[in-house]
Amino acid sequence: MPFGQGRSGGGGSGGAGGRGRGRGDKKTGDKVQGQRRPMFRRRKVCKFCADKIDDINYKDAKLIGPFVPERGKILPRRISGTCAMHQRKLQTAIKRARQIALIPYVTD
Amino acid sequence: MTDRAERQYELVYILPADTTEQQVTELHTQVEAVVSRMDGKIEKTENWGRRKLAYEISHQKEGVYVLQVINGSGELMKELDRRLRVMDQVIRHLVVRVDQEKNVVERTRSKRVADSQRRRVKRGLPPVRQPGEGRPAGEVEEPDDDRFDGMEV
Repeated sequence: MPFGQGRSGGGGSGGAGGRGRGRGDKKTGDKVQGQRRPMFRRRKVCKFCADKIDDINYKDAKLIGPFVPERGKILPRRISGTCAMHQRKLQTAIKRARQIALIPYVTD
Repeated sequence: MTDRAERQYELVYILPADTTEQQVTELHTQVEAVVSRMDGKIEKTENWGRRKLAYEISHQKEGVYVLQVINGSGELMKELDRRLRVMDQVIRHLVVRVDQEKNVVERTRSKRVADSQRRRVKRGLPPVRQPGEGRPAGEVEEPDDDRFDGMEV
């Protein structure tokens, strides 16, 4: 999955959840100055805006695939960085693709 | 609101994996009969062949996908939908109206092209990107440093 991983603080894809970042801070142990420095975080860009994809088609399972993690849920916007308009279009595309069994509803 | 405006629909249906070529064409003629009777038109037929299903549908793990693009009225699709629902050999089908979405896509695309041309003309460049302009295609950007998770120094 291109999204989700590597942003353990924001995404919390594993079981560790949001605690991961806290531990990391302690290890670096910057006790000299108590306040937190702003974290470096790569700005997320909407994939569809960047690639200029206008048509999010339900038949294109390859395009939609990365936005449907193993569990089968739709990847939230806060993790994938998709803009609101494209997330809406993506949502309908995913729901249609599910109906014709290109993408699972759930997988356990 | 124009009442007679033709609409475009996409119809996808899935047949069990063991259907023969003949059965597929048979079903196609059945669909065609309904479409022509209610004065629609089949724009395009695509057979995707056998594909793995993402989940089991009526104990099938694979299915034969057929896509048809149909121009016609809403009544036609309603009738087609009803018939497909009744047919035993169709394990799943989906009807989607596509003409509006198509228009939207076209509009955004043409708008983007027009915008970029306008901007380029403003900058005193020719409206269309010339070959060899900008960054060469082969050049690789620095790898994404997504993983950096610590403090900034």
